[in-house]
Amino acid sequence: MQVTGAQAVMRSLEELGVEVVFGYPGGAILPAYDPLIEADLTHVLVRHEQGAVHAAEGYAHASGKVGVCIVTSGPAATNLVTGLCDALMDSVPVLAITGQVASTAIGSDAFQEADVLGITMPVTKHNELVTSVERIPGAIREAHHIASSGRPGPVLLDIPKDILNQSFEWAWPEHLDLPGYRPTVRGHGRQVRDAIDLVATAKRPVVYAGGGLVRADAGDELRELVDLLDLPVVTTLMARGIIPEDHPNALGMPGMHGHYVAIRALQEADLLVTLGARFDDRVTGDLAHFAPHAKVIHVDVDPAEIGKNRAVDVPIVGDAKVVVGQLVAVARDRGDEAVPDTAAWRDHLATVKADHPLRVQQPDTGIIKPQTAIRAVHAAFGDEAVYVAGVGQHQMWASQLVPWSRPRQWINSGGLGTMGFAVPAAIGAKVAVGRDVPVVAIDGDGCFQMTFQEIAAAVQHDIPVTFVVINNGVLGMVRQWQSLFYASRMSETTLPQAVPDLVLLAEAYGIPGFRAESVEELESVMAKAAAITDQPVIVDVRVDPDEMVFPMVPAGGSNDAVIESADEWMTMAIADVTEAATQRQRANREAGLGGADPSDDPPLIAGADTDDEFGSD
Amino acid sequence: MQTHTLSVLVENRPGVLARISGMFSRRSYNIHSLAVGPTDDERVSRLTIVVGTDPVHLEQVIKQLNKLVHVLKIIELDPTESVQMELQMVKVSADASQRADLFALAEVFGAEVVDVDADTVTIAIAGNTARLGRLAPLLEAYGIREMVRSGTVAIARGDRSITDGSRLRLQRVV
Repeated sequence: MQVTGAQAVMRSLEELGVEVVFGYPGGAILPAYDPLIEADLTHVLVRHEQGAVHAAEGYAHASGKVGVCIVTSGPAATNLVTGLCDALMDSVPVLAITGQVASTAIGSDAFQEADVLGITMPVTKHNELVTSVERIPGAIREAHHIASSGRPGPVLLDIPKDILNQSFEWAWPEHLDLPGYRPTVRGHGRQVRDAIDLVATAKRPVVYAGGGLVRADAGDELRELVDLLDLPVVTTLMARGIIPEDHPNALGMPGMHGHYVAIRALQEADLLVTLGARFDDRVTGDLAHFAPHAKVIHVDVDPAEIGKNRAVDVPIVGDAKVVVGQLVAVARDRGDEAVPDTAAWRDHLATVKADHPLRVQQPDTGIIKPQTAIRAVHAAFGDEAVYVAGVGQHQMWASQLVPWSRPRQWINSGGLGTMGFAVPAAIGAKVAVGRDVPVVAIDGDGCFQMTFQEIAAAVQHDIPVTFVVINNGVLGMVRQWQSLFYASRMSETTLPQAVPDLVLLAEAYGIPGFRAESVEELESVMAKAAAITDQPVIVDVRVDPDEMVFPMVPAGGSNDAVIESADEWMTMAIADVTEAATQRQRANREAGLGGADPSDDPPLIAGADTDDEFGSD
Repeated sequence: MQTHTLSVLVENRPGVLARISGMFSRRSYNIHSLAVGPTDDERVSRLTIVVGTDPVHLEQVIKQLNKLVHVLKIIELDPTESVQMELQMVKVSADASQRADLFALAEVFGAEVVDVDADTVTIAIAGNTARLGRLAPLLEAYGIREMVRSGTVAIARGDRSITDGSRLRLQRVV
């Protein structure tokens, strides 16, 4: 049967079971949009190509399937770059198809021509410029396979317009032709046994669970391992929900804004059972002082992650679901011998946890603390909802405060930290989970304004997402750093809370909009928003702009120095300044300069980034 | 900083060199030299990359190379267990009176005079980096007009082959 390249694109996607594509048409991709009309695919028309790739990511995050986006050449393709990089950093399976100028025009600086292969090479797992029409089915099949297997990631296919228009005899490839691509699935048996040996003799083991477990759908296996061996577990930002927060062994999130007990557990551990995590700097802080007493078992499907940041005692390359299953099987075979004596360790951690709760001081009336807003969102939408966050303070509070109960319940941009992720990703996630599961975007007002144009897509395609904007009128996380590290010199971090008026914005989109400005009205506003399940909703929650995220480990600092509250920070800052002044006086005395002039005192700032300033003054 | 010689088999596809060089620059790895050419299998090209790095980062270089879909196989060639060669051509200023000296010098080094002109002599030498390094200073006296080096190519000694898979250090699986 003769088909055009454009028809082959549609047919290949159908063969692969793709149901939804997110896209935006344009010159070079026009041929593909014609057979799309008949194709057995739902197309969501976004408002900006970045929205297409983030929506595809959200779809992939929520479903575990490959998210697909289709856009045209040149500026459309370059608009994908942020989302591709985001997907690469967070191992999200995405297939991007871009139109390209005719193959005869490539290299001539033609209209809407860009070197998309070159531009996207470092932000994709793989990419390909399709150079013949016969290659289309094979290229799409391989791209889909590469995106979804091994360590998942984004794959881009760039298809010139003339190739989309050519015809050929349709043939679906029987085999994948990827001689250089064979991800390891099963862990090495010897190393699996070595790992269980290490666990059995550990006194203070901790499972350091990362996003790889979510990608591999390894939640059940993790639960089995943790229950069988009674291991405490920390879950990274990308793994929240892989084990329920109410599990007795769950310690919460480690890292820069993690739960105190999770950070301490890693610092005191004598063994890290690292599963699908990558020793990211946001988890480790200063690597030299991270988990200083711990031996390390590291399970990862990507061999390059093993030994990249932290030396490893037992490396295991393989799919997290398979390897954790192997660990469980070996442990079961050994019975009680495999189970470490962790009773004292778990008791200790329980005490630390009880002594160091998250601290929120919410007045009974008036101003809403952002943490209270997050709790109110969860109270209204419940455990069944999927929550999608942007990047910044609201993201950290959501990760800290929502009692996660299952994998894929929490979707966010971790590695790249992409502001503007939430709105389109929530739309994609909602398409994936269907009408019965609520999807709530918990966004910041800065993030929201980067991509809220996609609400038009949600309205047009009847995708009822609730967009909750934690509106503090500032770029909260950046402002927090200015407060702490830049002497509260607030440079360009104010975004007026009422610009735009989000309730009027909702009206402009023809959807319900609500606003909560005080604690008294928060609950009822959330209840009203949650009651609407058949159309998108915007909720504007006006919150305290001065609230900061704690605990905090300053960037590059040791995880031994966790600051748990703003008060503690101020106390430390004052102590640092006093200490610096004392040292300077001493230095001056020794240099015969007499006492220090108090007006020389440095501003009230502290932290790893600024230590040098105190010494060199 | 130590140098390490990697032999890399890749699929012979457009852009594969860009993928490799891009990965090196993105991750701040240091390429001393890179030579690429066809093999006896037209679907496969072979690269010899000399990398300046410590052993810890070498492992990362190899692992990151292995992640590239078109990379088929990587081996590290130990200098003592491999033959490593580079081709260098040097054009020096020489009038008729100086030619005989240059011919003699070339012969001593096992080099070849590949071009002679009224005012220049061009000498080609193949060998390891040390051998090339010894000739160049001697030619400087004549005035080097231009020179070119190919980058190192290398092959294992004895009956071992990159196509064996089993006998050299295969890096695909950790």
